[in-house]
Amino acid sequence: MMTKERMDSIKEVLKPKIVEKLIGEDKVELRGDEVVLKGEYYKKQVRIALKNCDIVDPTNIEEYIAFDGYYALYDSLTKKKPGDIVEEIKNSLLRGRGGAGFPTGRKWDEAYRYQADKKYIICNADEGDPGAFMDRSILEKDPHSVLEGMALGGYAIGSDQGYIYVRAEYPMAVKRLEIAIKQAREYGLLGENIFGTGFNFDIELRLGSGAFVCGEGTALMESIEGRRGMPRPKIHRTAHVGLWGKPTIINNVETLANVPVIINKGYEWFRGIGTEESPGTKVFALVGKVENAGLVEVPMGMTLREIIFDIGGGAQDGKEYKAVQTGGPSGGCIPADLIDTPVDFESLGKIWSIMGSGGMVVMDENTCMVDIAKFFLDFSVEESCGKCVPCREGTKRMYEILDRITKGEGVEGDIERLEELSETVSSASLCGLGQTAPNPVITTLKYYRHEYEDHIHNKSCPAKSCKPLIKYFIEDTCIGCTRCAKACPVSCISGKVKELHVIDQSMCIKCGACYDVCPVKPIKAVSII
Amino acid sequence: MEFKFDMEKNKDKVIEFQDFLNEKKSTKGPLMPALQQAQEVFGYLPMEMLEVISKTLQIPMAEIYGVATFYSQFSFIPQGENKISVCLGTACYVKGAQNILEEIESQLGIKSGLTTPDQKFSIASARCVGDCSIAPVILVNEDVYAKVKKSEIKDIINKYK
Repeated sequence: MMTKERMDSIKEVLKPKIVEKLIGEDKVELRGDEVVLKGEYYKKQVRIALKNCDIVDPTNIEEYIAFDGYYALYDSLTKKKPGDIVEEIKNSLLRGRGGAGFPTGRKWDEAYRYQADKKYIICNADEGDPGAFMDRSILEKDPHSVLEGMALGGYAIGSDQGYIYVRAEYPMAVKRLEIAIKQAREYGLLGENIFGTGFNFDIELRLGSGAFVCGEGTALMESIEGRRGMPRPKIHRTAHVGLWGKPTIINNVETLANVPVIINKGYEWFRGIGTEESPGTKVFALVGKVENAGLVEVPMGMTLREIIFDIGGGAQDGKEYKAVQTGGPSGGCIPADLIDTPVDFESLGKIWSIMGSGGMVVMDENTCMVDIAKFFLDFSVEESCGKCVPCREGTKRMYEILDRITKGEGVEGDIERLEELSETVSSASLCGLGQTAPNPVITTLKYYRHEYEDHIHNKSCPAKSCKPLIKYFIEDTCIGCTRCAKACPVSCISGKVKELHVIDQSMCIKCGACYDVCPVKPIKAVSII
Repeated sequence: MEFKFDMEKNKDKVIEFQDFLNEKKSTKGPLMPALQQAQEVFGYLPMEMLEVISKTLQIPMAEIYGVATFYSQFSFIPQGENKISVCLGTACYVKGAQNILEEIESQLGIKSGLTTPDQKFSIASARCVGDCSIAPVILVNEDVYAKVKKSEIKDIINKYK
């Protein structure tokens, strides 16, 4: 059995060793008494959910203990009542990091007060938004923080059984979790009679099988129960009637990773970070056409400009920054002139986007907004479970309209049809997937309507990205190096050495190979018109 | 393309799978783990094994079929020896992943989602593998290829031939 003394001695011996080793490798520095990763990229970051990532060895439970791991669980089990934990989380105003931002404490309170012989707590690790990998990093690099968060949640609501539902696309996360659960059991931190307090809690791992909709709470429960992952009608709250009809709390990975830290440091400390209504930090996956791509954890309320330019270094290759997409298929595209918007649940909602789970995809001048809307609709069409008509049929019709617009076959009235469908699909769908599926269309129509109009009326793509609407053309500056002719997969470029080359437009498949290889500087001889 | 399940050749695997089912029978919600195990052990879901699942877990075939067709990770045809997945997540997509996928399809002469007749390769598109900072990404089995260019596809495939 684990005891406080044993944890203290692990911490005393191991922590100085780890810190010394990491300082020797020049990887970390001390910020006050906190050990943080070193480098310009981390300077503006405040790491709570990621605090141990790249610092502790995720396959060694003792290293997690050395960095105050499982102390929150010890203190809670030995000194606090379940109701105290619920109060603490309620007071912290921690909001769900999976995207919707529902107050975690209120959720827990519902289940805490509902009497039942069995309750469940589920960790939603079915991170499916394209362009997002926050949860994967936490699961792979600090799995114990999630286990501890779940155990605390279990104690708070009176549950002895947890499930982690991980998507199968994350084999490393699954492996790390298996190791972590096994070690936690060996050290008596999961299982029966934890810390000798009589509290029992165990965790079972369940794998997804590649269905995006299973990230929706009730669909996830259906999947665990062994059925098609289709959302349930929301007649009951899952905090009352959830998995196998029992009260069930479902929290996102990042939310749970915040819990032990809040319990350790107190809700006042947590409220001191971020904004009044959205305290704490948020992890973002800053990706796409940005100079420094990677994970960033920053206090809520930081502006997009600080995240994308100060930390991310702006658009890649000196291109012009055009937009950022937040919230995945449920979110929206935020144009460059709104770059000073603070990032928190309310502010992003006001400009028609959402915080979402934390994907932040940067787009530059060469990204076509109609094409991006089409990309997300294609995603929603594929991932719609088919249970309700507005989502199943509506997203498909929307996709078809977007598809013909990007092919230059858009017709008068298409924009209005998209608007009408958006309204129907978002108001009549059963679950979050359908309700938010039109968001990428709504926001791009709001901020980039002219691009839609250009596609439809002028049959041109301003970003020069939609293939059927562009032409490759060789200018007079051609030096006749023949590289483009050699690279062309359909051999439609003719011309002699040191002479101007010509593309046969009737055969060109617009693959762009000629453009890629053209060596003429500073402006390529191959142009896109 | 017809692929036949060889009961004799897979004898040991079938016994192992039956043991797994017997063990899972008493747990709650055993169907998903059962299908995942079958997919893992046999590389796909052979109809013969679905019947075994049905009998052992007492779940009708129709229900099993309904669940199996819902999830994209389950396949009713054998997967190739080498599985190529092309990430079509947002970051990869804006960096030209669609072209990469088309190149792989034309090199192998099969469409995404299918297996070559010699069962050497199968192609799949992945939603997002979470390696967006090194987009576009393709995976061959467990090997990750970062910032893939169209011109590199041929060499990558040849490594596994």
